[in-house]
Amino acid sequence: MAEFKKAESTLEWFDQRLGVTNLYKVMMSEYWIPKKINFLWAMGVILVMLFKILLISGIFLLMYYKPDVNLAFDSVNYTIMQEVGYGWLMRHIHAVGASVVFLVIYIHMFTGIYYGSYKKGREMIWISGMLLFVLFSAEGFSGYMLPWGQMSYWAAYVITEIFGGIPFIGDELVVWIRGNFYVSDATLTRFFMLHVLLIPLAILGAIAFHFYALRFPHVNNEDGEFFDFDEEAEKYLAGNKKESKVVPFWPVFLSKDFMVLGFFMIFFFYLVFYHYSFAMDAINFDKADGLKTPAHIYPEWYFLWSYEVLRGFFFDIAGISGKDLGLIAFAIANGIFLVFPWLDRSPLVKPANQRPYFKYWFWLLIADLIVLTIYGKLPPTGVNAWVGFFSSMTFLILFALLPVITKMEAKKVGGE
Amino acid sequence: MKEMRILATIVALVLVTYYGIEPYAHHIMHPEPKPADYSFSDLKNVKKVKGNAASGKALVEANCVACHSIESAGFAKMMPDADAAASYGVVPPDLSTAGKIYETNYLANFIYDPVTASHLSHKYSAESGKTHPMPAYNWMSSQEIMDIVAYLQQVAATVKVEVDDEATIEEQLKAQHRATFIDACGRCHSMAYAGWSALTPSDTLKAHMGAAAPDLSQYIKSRGEHYLHSFINDPQQLLHGTSMPRVGLTEEAQEDVITYMEEIGDSKKADRESLGWKVMLYMLVFALLALAWKKEIWKDVH
Repeated sequence: MAEFKKAESTLEWFDQRLGVTNLYKVMMSEYWIPKKINFLWAMGVILVMLFKILLISGIFLLMYYKPDVNLAFDSVNYTIMQEVGYGWLMRHIHAVGASVVFLVIYIHMFTGIYYGSYKKGREMIWISGMLLFVLFSAEGFSGYMLPWGQMSYWAAYVITEIFGGIPFIGDELVVWIRGNFYVSDATLTRFFMLHVLLIPLAILGAIAFHFYALRFPHVNNEDGEFFDFDEEAEKYLAGNKKESKVVPFWPVFLSKDFMVLGFFMIFFFYLVFYHYSFAMDAINFDKADGLKTPAHIYPEWYFLWSYEVLRGFFFDIAGISGKDLGLIAFAIANGIFLVFPWLDRSPLVKPANQRPYFKYWFWLLIADLIVLTIYGKLPPTGVNAWVGFFSSMTFLILFALLPVITKMEAKKVGGE
Repeated sequence: MKEMRILATIVALVLVTYYGIEPYAHHIMHPEPKPADYSFSDLKNVKKVKGNAASGKALVEANCVACHSIESAGFAKMMPDADAAASYGVVPPDLSTAGKIYETNYLANFIYDPVTASHLSHKYSAESGKTHPMPAYNWMSSQEIMDIVAYLQQVAATVKVEVDDEATIEEQLKAQHRATFIDACGRCHSMAYAGWSALTPSDTLKAHMGAAAPDLSQYIKSRGEHYLHSFINDPQQLLHGTSMPRVGLTEEAQEDVITYMEEIGDSKKADRESLGWKVMLYMLVFALLALAWKKEIWKDVH
């Protein structure tokens, strides 16, 4: 052991053993964040808060929830919602939190796309974020099954059925996922395990990875400006706080985040207490019944856009069945965002409104996703089916065009 | 201010999406039902005929009490519920409160012809071979039928819901709601979360009506008050071909039933609504303190 002298203070005692002063510097007081940011930079901290809220309310729900097809529905709707003190509050917080977390994830994700925070060294931040998106999707889907209502059952039925379209192994894969030939008790218990253990563990790991990935390329700023963080940090530490382009994570950056978080939480609790039906579908208060198909089956709102891409191809093209085309499009839609940094061929890191072509692309994509989301819920009949088809095609074409228009943009900018 | 413009953009996009997937989608998937018609205007209006309760009493004793009990008037049940269900297909109602929970004109028309009044001609047709457990009294005159109705109303007026002497007004109301629910719905429907099991065994009912009656514990949440008001008033309108009869409840009785469904199915509503604004206020205090702290900290760096 290294040379050791008696500690003069409690802090020093811990410092000798755990290096807490250095840890505090690295993680908090000397972790540098650009100063030129707006409230969209607070979404990460809001997501951390929402994840904590989901974790804690989930732990409380876990004390009374029973993963069994005969008991699950009543354990949620009677035991938790009516008998256990404040059980209803935990359930409302959990259900609304699970829905709102996706709203914030989407805002966070499209903030990244708008400001170009996924390229020139920030690729791993983007990829780890998309990994989190996939894990949260799996968490949301598995959790939605647990109350064992009609929509839990039928959404699970429809979504697991999708895997049947995978060539060669599809049918066996569906049985493997469900643990039975149909959605049953075995399906419920395994999705319960995934929801409360395996996926949350993976999410914790992915969050750590996402944060770590931020440390080297650093957080982007409102102008997409690249500067020397060490130099700016030195300025800050020397007392030129106004002149420096950076602020420390604690307390400066977080003080702003807490303010944004405070206002966000007023909105969140308004939803929890007074406006929760968007997250707790009425149909799901009917107990699951495998013999009674609901008139309308739709996933939760955050899956609607990709669900609509799946449904959009309702007729055969060139000998390929509409179902297969939908599956291919669905697979593309779910994978394409992962490779976003390589589809954008322009070296420009600027907010979208300062990029000559990308700005149109960005707003078209947003508009298309909103159309897909809305029509993903409506019955796919008559003109709705065609809106679905054209908006799905628009989605695919937009992504096919992305490398082309960003290449053109690169040329134009380079030529200036 | 730039941040406000960003916020406004996001709020606008979220609202458009929300409108599309919630109010608009619901409007498309669940067309607005016709409002409840508590006068049952499709039936023949016989209300102008004044009934005589005394002659009604004689008619009831001669025609009704062979199958129906009227416990408040001293006519007891003929047999246990399960046996009654096996004999008739469904347990015949006790008529103690019939004069109160059923609308006058509906009740008269029901006695005259139960199948037509309850909109169940698709269930009790020549092809189905099934007959309504209650025969049509279409051989009676309007006067006789209105006499029966007058007697039933007289009986119903004397019925009091039994509650503890120490019951609060709230408990008394709840007992009233429960009593109406049991009389109006409880022969076929269970309410597990209130410990109520339907008087007619589920299998017997299924054999007779072609479908089991659902448990209503969570129907206030799965169907909503708005839908229930129209549905109970005329089930066929919203669920064509359903086995559920139009029961002809008065507006007050239907209000009792739906209130009871809410008391059982959404028992924490009052807690939720009284706690919500306090939590929001707490977060507002947090947000304002955080805002003040942020200003204090950022004045050095701007």
